[in-house]
Amino acid sequence: MSLFKNAGENDVAPSNFDLQTPEKPYLDSNELIINMGPQHPATHGVLRVILKLDGEKVLGTECVIGYLHRGVEKIAENRTYTMFNPYVDRMDYVAAVSNGLGYCEAVEKLLNVEAPPRAKYIRVILTELNRIASHQLWLGTHALDIGAMTPLFYTFRDREEILKIFERYCGARLTTHAFRIGGCQYETYAGFEKEVKNFLTFFAPKIDEYEALLTTNRIWLERTKNVGVISAADAIALGVTGPVLRASGVQWDLRKAQPYAAYSDFDFEIPIGENGDTYDRYMVRMVEMRQSMRIIEQAVNGIPEGPIMGKVPKVIKPPVGEIYHSIEAPKGELGYFIVSDGSTQPYRIRVRPPSFVNLQALDIMVRGLLVADVVAVIGTLDIVLGEVDR
Amino acid sequence: MAEDVKTPAPPPPPEGEKKPTAENSVSFTPGAAPNAAEKAAAPAGPQAPAAEKPAATTPAKPAAPAAKPAAPAKPAGPVPMPWTSPLVEKYESQYGSGLDAQSYLGQNYFSVYRSLVPDILRLLRDDEQFDYCVDITAVHYPKREKQFDVVWILYSFPRNERVRVKTQISDGASIPSSVSIWPTANWLEREVYDMFGITFDGHPDLKRILLPDGWKGYPLRKDYGILQQDQEWVQINLGIESGQ
Repeated sequence: MSLFKNAGENDVAPSNFDLQTPEKPYLDSNELIINMGPQHPATHGVLRVILKLDGEKVLGTECVIGYLHRGVEKIAENRTYTMFNPYVDRMDYVAAVSNGLGYCEAVEKLLNVEAPPRAKYIRVILTELNRIASHQLWLGTHALDIGAMTPLFYTFRDREEILKIFERYCGARLTTHAFRIGGCQYETYAGFEKEVKNFLTFFAPKIDEYEALLTTNRIWLERTKNVGVISAADAIALGVTGPVLRASGVQWDLRKAQPYAAYSDFDFEIPIGENGDTYDRYMVRMVEMRQSMRIIEQAVNGIPEGPIMGKVPKVIKPPVGEIYHSIEAPKGELGYFIVSDGSTQPYRIRVRPPSFVNLQALDIMVRGLLVADVVAVIGTLDIVLGEVDR
Repeated sequence: MAEDVKTPAPPPPPEGEKKPTAENSVSFTPGAAPNAAEKAAAPAGPQAPAAEKPAATTPAKPAAPAAKPAAPAKPAGPVPMPWTSPLVEKYESQYGSGLDAQSYLGQNYFSVYRSLVPDILRLLRDDEQFDYCVDITAVHYPKREKQFDVVWILYSFPRNERVRVKTQISDGASIPSSVSIWPTANWLEREVYDMFGITFDGHPDLKRILLPDGWKGYPLRKDYGILQQDQEWVQINLGIESGQ
């Protein structure tokens, strides 16, 4: 226990990016280079981290990624705009709805059309449900990495309810392909609103249940407080976004800063942390789940009647030009930079993946910590390797 | 199209079911069939839209009055407009013709000469508070003399504003790294190098990031086929003839 405390106190805010700084030896031992992953349960996929150790203290890391590289951006250049839509679901596969929302909105912007209000509300409801599902999966696996097994069962049990709604809405649980360019393909099913409301009443006490397991748990506190600290300045310099940035005290959320879909209609708050440590990131995500519930409640109660598809041509041929559009995905800023040459196929699509950029911060976050904390920090970054590697 | 491929396939079975085991030609045909399918699939791209076009245009002709109001509206929106702001005036007076500020669909961007890139990026961060480098990427235009567009997407937290900076460089030319301006550029520039082969001068560790170190070729260049891969690397490292 005291070991963890020491590790935290020694390195509160590593702010230099100089990889070569010699460090004072921690133990009487030689430097050791070990390999973590790519087949390692705590790396959340196929992430390989090369650790430079002094005893059990981490001196530096290097991430080796690309094991899941499928060339999504190359595929995009060889598909039509409509055909590429399902592919984006396979990047961040635990938040497929967000990926689809970002892509559809980017193409709509390029076409200069807008989805009708009803479609926007349906999009918000599903996207926020997906944010909860993504945070649930993060919480379960992150807690499991640190040694708490029970939350995994709780979160997966409750996530199932969200996936059931997705399945009834569009037939798929994970890679939903829920939205189309211009709106939504499907009208809500009979009883959709009731089911979503039922979920909200069902889920509110469940968050309290998760919090009862972890928030004041002594072991959880020891493993997360002052672990993996990143200052606001470092986070901004490293391009970190999403809950990781907010936990460092930057109150920035694209849903508020540059509202898209129907987010300007809703009343919600952006939680921030103070210390930028693993515990703050946990708290930020817990509050975000509650805020998502608030948004869903307002959206379900205020869902307007009307068409669900905008005036989009059958063959999508955006005019020559380029556009960047980004949304607040559960993991951070998810952006699409699309270049159109006026044909039915995109000339270039660049995806700005939040996981990829956030993972870059791993190195400065784990310096000076112990090996066991690397697992905690990888978990707290909430990366999905499908999105890192694309 | 898929039926076209199938139609030659049925004839062999009636000829004799014993043949497949002995004949080499049968083992070739499965190999040939995918190729044929690919070749057939390639022209299918243009064909499919062509097939859709008449369907789309025929309903459009009867509904001409409805289509006409939409037609003039279209060019009005998506035309790049000159972007005017105090920021632009300041920079234009400083750099003159080396910099062109435009706005497309409400999104602002600078097109700058390559030589001005480091200055402009640094000024944007230091003086204009563009403190967050969202993304660095590139676009390949093989027919142009300067083949690549390199694009920086920047965001300013205090101003809540985005701006893009882009420049053109020719194949083989390098560009100054912006890692010293935004540390996040590290991996982003590595990815551009990995995918396009554009080198960034002064990058601390410029090597491939998503593809294996020994890989040859830059996949996001337009002359790199979608099925193409580094066969030599695949054979040596995976011990198989082809990754397909």
